[in-house]
Amino acid sequence: MTSTDHSVELAKAGANVTGWWSRLVFLALRFPLGAFGAVIVALFVFAAIFADAITTVDPTSTNAAKSLAAPGPGVLMGADFMGRDMYSRVVHGARISLAVGVGSTVLGCLFGVIIGLASGYLLGWFDLLVQRVIDIMQALPLLVMALVMAASLGPSLQNTIIAISIPLIPNVARVIRSNTLAIRELPYVEAARAQGMSELRIAVRHVLPNTLAPLIVLGTAQLGAAILTEASLSFLGLGIPEPHPSWGRMLSESAAEYVRTAPWLVIFPGLAISLVVFGTNLLGDAMRDLLDPRQRS
Amino acid sequence: MTSTTAEIAATAPGERVIGDTVLAVEGLETVFYTRAGMVRAVDRVSFSLRAGETLAVVGESGCGKSMTALSIMRLIPDPPGRIVGGKVVLDGTDLLQLSEPEMRKMRGNRVSMIFQEPMTSLNPVLTVGRQISQALMMHQGMSRAAAMERAIEMLRLVKVPEPAQRVKEYPHQLSGGMRQRVMIAMALSCNPRVLVADEPTTALDVTIQAQILDLILELQKKLGTAVILITHDLAVVAETAQRVIVMYAGRKVEEATVEELFTHPRHPYTRGLMASIPRLGLMRSQAAQTGGRLQEIPGMVPPLFDLPEGCAYAPRCERADDHCRAEYPPYEEKRPAHWTACWHADD
Amino acid sequence: MPMTEIRNAQAAAAPVLQVDGLKKHFPIRKGLLRRTIGNVFAVDGVSFSIQPGETLGLVGESGCGKTTVGRTVLRLIEPTGGSIRVRGEDITQLSRKALRPYRREMQIVFQDPFSSLNPRMRAGDIVGEPMKIHGIGAEGGERARLVARLFERVGLRPQQMRNFPHEFSGGQRQRISIARALALNPKLIVADEPVSALDVSIQAQVINLMMDLQREEGIAYLFISHNLAVVEHISHRIAVMYLGRIVEYADKVTLFTRPQHPYTEALLSAVPVPDPLLKREKRMVEGDVPSPVRPPPGCHFHTRCPYAQDRCRIETPALKPVGEGHLVACHLR
Repeated sequence: MTSTDHSVELAKAGANVTGWWSRLVFLALRFPLGAFGAVIVALFVFAAIFADAITTVDPTSTNAAKSLAAPGPGVLMGADFMGRDMYSRVVHGARISLAVGVGSTVLGCLFGVIIGLASGYLLGWFDLLVQRVIDIMQALPLLVMALVMAASLGPSLQNTIIAISIPLIPNVARVIRSNTLAIRELPYVEAARAQGMSELRIAVRHVLPNTLAPLIVLGTAQLGAAILTEASLSFLGLGIPEPHPSWGRMLSESAAEYVRTAPWLVIFPGLAISLVVFGTNLLGDAMRDLLDPRQRS
Repeated sequence: MTSTTAEIAATAPGERVIGDTVLAVEGLETVFYTRAGMVRAVDRVSFSLRAGETLAVVGESGCGKSMTALSIMRLIPDPPGRIVGGKVVLDGTDLLQLSEPEMRKMRGNRVSMIFQEPMTSLNPVLTVGRQISQALMMHQGMSRAAAMERAIEMLRLVKVPEPAQRVKEYPHQLSGGMRQRVMIAMALSCNPRVLVADEPTTALDVTIQAQILDLILELQKKLGTAVILITHDLAVVAETAQRVIVMYAGRKVEEATVEELFTHPRHPYTRGLMASIPRLGLMRSQAAQTGGRLQEIPGMVPPLFDLPEGCAYAPRCERADDHCRAEYPPYEEKRPAHWTACWHADD
Repeated sequence: MPMTEIRNAQAAAAPVLQVDGLKKHFPIRKGLLRRTIGNVFAVDGVSFSIQPGETLGLVGESGCGKTTVGRTVLRLIEPTGGSIRVRGEDITQLSRKALRPYRREMQIVFQDPFSSLNPRMRAGDIVGEPMKIHGIGAEGGERARLVARLFERVGLRPQQMRNFPHEFSGGQRQRISIARALALNPKLIVADEPVSALDVSIQAQVINLMMDLQREEGIAYLFISHNLAVVEHISHRIAVMYLGRIVEYADKVTLFTRPQHPYTEALLSAVPVPDPLLKREKRMVEGDVPSPVRPPPGCHFHTRCPYAQDRCRIETPALKPVGEGHLVACHLR
């Protein structure tokens, strides 16, 4: 029962943590895997944003002399059949993955929130209808849904984002709806009604902001799924068209023909996909533990 | 073996018999490690309890009364909490020195607890009979059939109508009052030496509260159980307890017999509490009736991680002076069997 | 009709609120087609009126319908039957839009100081919001000045307007709730167990504040509570409810000194008294409150009443006068 005993326990509880830097260090020590995930995601975002600065070669420029060059000086990760620099393509591929991941997650969340809020707030036949549609959508696997969407929309960056965002909508709508159901009954909502506030304003001003907290967790988890779906779609030829460097398509182009002769064409994009999805999942799990104590094991 | 209902009924239900000391709490200290710093939820609390006696622990939220109860039961969640000092001696055994398996044999057997919310303290998927008989099978090695017999007897003892039918029902089929009776039956099934009742009637309606308090007192007389009653309600204290401890910010601030405390409260906090509760007019003196305003205690309970120097009540106390703000007053016997911690208790 | 008697018993002044034969039955639905399989008779024919500057206490145990009465009066819940009149105007059938001006007359304060304030809004915005809805103090900082004044009136510092609800204690949050209710200068505040969730020492602060506001502004309260001592302290008149009906209605002195209904007697007798030297003979009622889904026929209280007779089990007693402004629904009085 010494005083040092207390200070050890206090340090574990996170007392004396002031300022954002020490708070960051504290969280990193408490969620080491999450911190690892955050570092991966940060590197990925950095690569996506500064892709032009950290590469010297245009990812789309061909060079017959370097066709199928093995990794070495000048060609860090080798080159593909058309002599395009793999390092540059992988780094620029991060940009595509980030665009698709963030784009489809934001789009999916946006529609999910609108549908979930309307469904949970209006109830009645509208809710019943929406819920059955969501049931049907959730019965299909994410990839199958995205496949159908992508095939019917045709391959382009925009259409890929839309195709991937649609399967995300039901998950988000579910969560927002259940939160809405709880919050619409709270006294502060009743107080707003007693003041004569219109239902639309109550829904937007009092209900909506209080339903959004789980989106941070949901969004992080969805980011990984969206990136993986993009890779899969592109692998199947339904995703991002040429000449954009997509990790998924890089894999599909080289997997069959060159996996034995030029394995670097498969290893680096594959590694990039695995790492980013792994990172977002670790980060998402840690965020859930941090923000939603009920789910803590 | 503990006595059965028949034996219990055989002992005269008449006067309360106060026996020897069964529980002695000495310098109990429980802390919580939080981001805001270390919180002394229970700060060197001592008291003793004799067989057949009811000791009330009163105070407002955050005063440490519930944490004292949980510390006695060793049910403090760790982390973030920890019992860091003191003794809890039950019939010569220090509960704080026991291993967790040894402690489990004590809980529900020698020392039991009932909680405020009877719905959340009962398992919704088990019948009432199963829940009562589990403790009996575990602690007393009864067979399933014998334990179920005893469960029915216990329900009869706590005046649940049609006990043989009720043992087959689930908690949600019972009303709040009935659930609290079931909780009491469970807690008393092994005839414990000490019953810790944490706000047992706070969630109940007044007419049901009266029934439950009555039941606890009646059973206590029959079984000779010592009761620690944790409550925020001074009126409940006045009607049920023999002795009272008043707690504020984790510490005992006053302790006396019920009659003594209500007639001669010494600590300004106790006085403030008594003056601030509205009382039914028919019991109120004429002088107070004309006033109209209730006496307030200004301000609020300070957060435990940020207690002031000196007396924790000083910022809200009208008598506080520099001495109070500088040094915590000693806990002293100001009148026979009446202790308080206040520099101005003699004024 | 009980209502005529109540009217006769009162002064001629137009009541702020007059409720006649108010009913609220919640349907119990089940199955895929949500068929109605029964009703919860939460409020079953309740009549009362509240004069300007007066406090009517509404007491009863859980499930008696007192909270539903408070919500229905404000049309936060739509009544099944009966009428609600605000300063003589019938608002029972008004559309949402037509109802808006009447919203300024009546406001509400809730029990739970934590869920009654939007956690994502600043205290000042919470209090200013009703003014915004009704277009009060729109020009240049006028609203902020009004809100600051309200903060001072309820005992908060105007500097605290920038804080979020979680930065306040339970008692302070209840003060914010009261300030929000006061923002529209209402004539009536429905206070639904406003001090039940607060610590004893804080309860006194809030009760005193509410009484001060009444004295200064002439606000009327419908004060809903299960705590008889608190109701007695703050109310002028008191209505006792049991299973959706008013069983006794009188001024506070009469009700507490000469209760006529056996339920009121039992309720008063059950209240614990903070005085160990005072040993009373308790008249304990047995059993639990029956379910409002299947209320007992006749007098709802007959299942627990020590004086119940055959007539009580069949015939519903009417609320009838037994003295000046004193109404009781009991066959035996």
